[in-house]
Amino acid sequence: MKKFMAAAVAGFGFALAAASAQAQAPQTLAQVKSRGILNCGSNTGLAGFGVPDAQGNWTGLDVDFCRAIAATIFNDPTKVKFIPLSAKDRFTALQSGEVDVLVRNSTWTMSRDTALGLQFTGVNYYDGQGFLVRKKLGVNSALQLNGASVCTQQGTTTELNLADFFRANNLKYEVVAFATSDETVKAYDSGRCDAFTTDASGLYAERLKLTAPDDHMVLPEIISKEPLGPATRNNDAQWFGLVKWVHFAMLNAEELGVTKANVDEMLKSSNPEIKRLLGTEGKFGESVGLTADWAYRIVKHVGNYGESFEKNVGQGSLLKIARGQNALWTKGGLQYAAPVR
Amino acid sequence: MTDATTEMAPYAFVRKETLEQQPAPLSVAGPLAWVRQHLLSSPLNIALTLLCLYLVVDSVPGLIRFYFLDAVWTGTSRDACLADKVGRPVGACWAYIADRFQYFIYGSYPINQRWRVNIVFVMFALGIVWLLWTSAPKKKLGIFFFFVLLPISAYVLLLGGPGAERFLSICLTLALALAALYLILSFVPQLVRFYIGEAALGVVEQLPIWKRFFGPKQLVLFALVVLGFLSLLASNPGLPRVDTGLWGGMTVTFLIAAVGIVFSLPLGVVLALGRRSRLPIIQLLSVIFIEFVRGVPLITVLFMANTMLPLFVPQEYSPDRLLRPLVGVALFAAAYMAEVVRGGLQAMPKGQYEGAMSLGLGYWSMMRLIILPQALRIVIPGIVNTFIGLFKDTTLVTIVGIFDFLRTIEATLVDPTWATPTTRSTGYAFAAIFYFLCCWGMSRYSIAVEKRLAAGQKR
Repeated sequence: MKKFMAAAVAGFGFALAAASAQAQAPQTLAQVKSRGILNCGSNTGLAGFGVPDAQGNWTGLDVDFCRAIAATIFNDPTKVKFIPLSAKDRFTALQSGEVDVLVRNSTWTMSRDTALGLQFTGVNYYDGQGFLVRKKLGVNSALQLNGASVCTQQGTTTELNLADFFRANNLKYEVVAFATSDETVKAYDSGRCDAFTTDASGLYAERLKLTAPDDHMVLPEIISKEPLGPATRNNDAQWFGLVKWVHFAMLNAEELGVTKANVDEMLKSSNPEIKRLLGTEGKFGESVGLTADWAYRIVKHVGNYGESFEKNVGQGSLLKIARGQNALWTKGGLQYAAPVR
Repeated sequence: MTDATTEMAPYAFVRKETLEQQPAPLSVAGPLAWVRQHLLSSPLNIALTLLCLYLVVDSVPGLIRFYFLDAVWTGTSRDACLADKVGRPVGACWAYIADRFQYFIYGSYPINQRWRVNIVFVMFALGIVWLLWTSAPKKKLGIFFFFVLLPISAYVLLLGGPGAERFLSICLTLALALAALYLILSFVPQLVRFYIGEAALGVVEQLPIWKRFFGPKQLVLFALVVLGFLSLLASNPGLPRVDTGLWGGMTVTFLIAAVGIVFSLPLGVVLALGRRSRLPIIQLLSVIFIEFVRGVPLITVLFMANTMLPLFVPQEYSPDRLLRPLVGVALFAAAYMAEVVRGGLQAMPKGQYEGAMSLGLGYWSMMRLIILPQALRIVIPGIVNTFIGLFKDTTLVTIVGIFDFLRTIEATLVDPTWATPTTRSTGYAFAAIFYFLCCWGMSRYSIAVEKRLAAGQKR
């Protein structure tokens, strides 16, 4: 019902926005340049993706993505204004032009991609529902959870995915549902159930709130698809392409071994792929309205995808999320970027 | 003669000295009697006392242990508050509050610009003390400061940038022009009279120059001082624009509450008068506004402002994301205030109106001098009630993505840097203390005001 309402509001909003959008030329990049700052729709607070630090600066994987866009346009990653949006007003804010790009761990679904007047530019984090269990349970796979009791939050898709998974695998289970995620974690911590389930990125964050985080582990199985990605309005192909290629540039940089530290050295590289990426050969950035060194700016100021991942959610952070599906395609993951050519 | 009577009197039992004052018996005074009278006066009271005692004994030691004895007071990361790492049971993690305290006050306001917020806080505190402290001097100047100069200063200091500086220079020019006008008005006539020989120079120099500035002139002079100070700040350290998206924490909470309180009272009085007016259009408009606003929840107003409004208004004319809830909250509070004030107006006996009219007072004089002072005094509890409600309602702006005090706490709760089992209880306890102190302060002050104003009615 909630989702339907949100969709209805957003759809209504789109109808209005579409009417007004026809009048104005969809020149997002020109607007951003003349404004001198990028308006980035961000999360109001999500561990690893967007949280304020003690000084009030935003940090996180999604935040880095916004900074990368600002870096490639202005050669300055600080020229971005984060507009924290709640789950309810995020799509309207994008449709109405209040934000230029929405990087707010939004799941790419068919209805959102087709009916709301938005376009998802890619997937910067493959999330999905997983399980957290005690290490002493001696379980290495979700398929061994036969007869387990599972703590989950009431009335969410999480509960439905859980039922699907156990039924599909002919396993017995017992659901222990709670109204809020906080109660759910507390119940799991006090030993009320054997496993706790929610989106995997959330599992790592919630694990830190347990009394003994090291006694718990996240099982490798992911039982649902939650591709999270940035979205733009669907009336500006150039801007859509720009945002998409910012992600691809970060992936390509990682694949080619170009990092924040060695990017200046890499300018002298004789590898044609690196030359094309960093703009020492060809002028690929100009096709999306940017300069030839567009990708160099991203890597120089923000780093490649792997660096951003490890710093914000991976081994360099407290969350210690494994790369898993978010590893490059060359390393068994799903992150795959089209070549710069 | 007197001596004789005393000697003659054979009353041996008359006591010569006064009796020593005895302490009251234990059964009617002292702690034991108090206990018996207040706690154990009937079987029902005995049962209730025991129940309360049980609740206190059951909860208080645990709370004290959690929030004080087992609490962690210093530390730089979550390790300081993890029972595993510390090797003892860990209660509240006050180290986390200490680490994030700046963030709770200023939000994301740039660190090198936070002195601007501090100046506004100091001015705000000054204005509050000036207005609320009964024996503070020059109340009119205080009112002018709080309701005119403070909003201007807060706007210029907090926002900064070219727009604010332009606004500041307009205000400064206006004040200078007024000052010049007063200067001319207070000196020129006398000088003219001196030169045409009607008055001696002594008359002109009767008063020292600064003494000539009283009443409205004093306000203008005061405004010049404050605005001059601001322009000095704007020119020397400079006031770069700090976007409202970066404001947060207590700054925003106080800002929304202050704007709501400052605008809702005058607006509410006007609406209440409008609703009781005999002019049909004014009455109708007031009724429509009040009933409409009271008919929708504040959340709806906020949602309309931040989710729907951008769809109707072109992006370049769309008001600021913080301004929208500010206006919404102020209008919302005004409608409630209007009904509170109307209650006071209706409680006034008709004789007061008739008496005022028979003195020949016009409508506005009657309201200002006779009716409103009495009516407002009657409804002080209601007004403060609305203020307290408004202060607590400011937390609702979190749902439209504004980082008020409560929201900054929630934002730090998801941060892995301080993710521990007790962080959440600590953060919310801190929020509870903050809101309690603010609301409790308001209600204590209102009690004091009521007592002072009701002095004439004491029997």
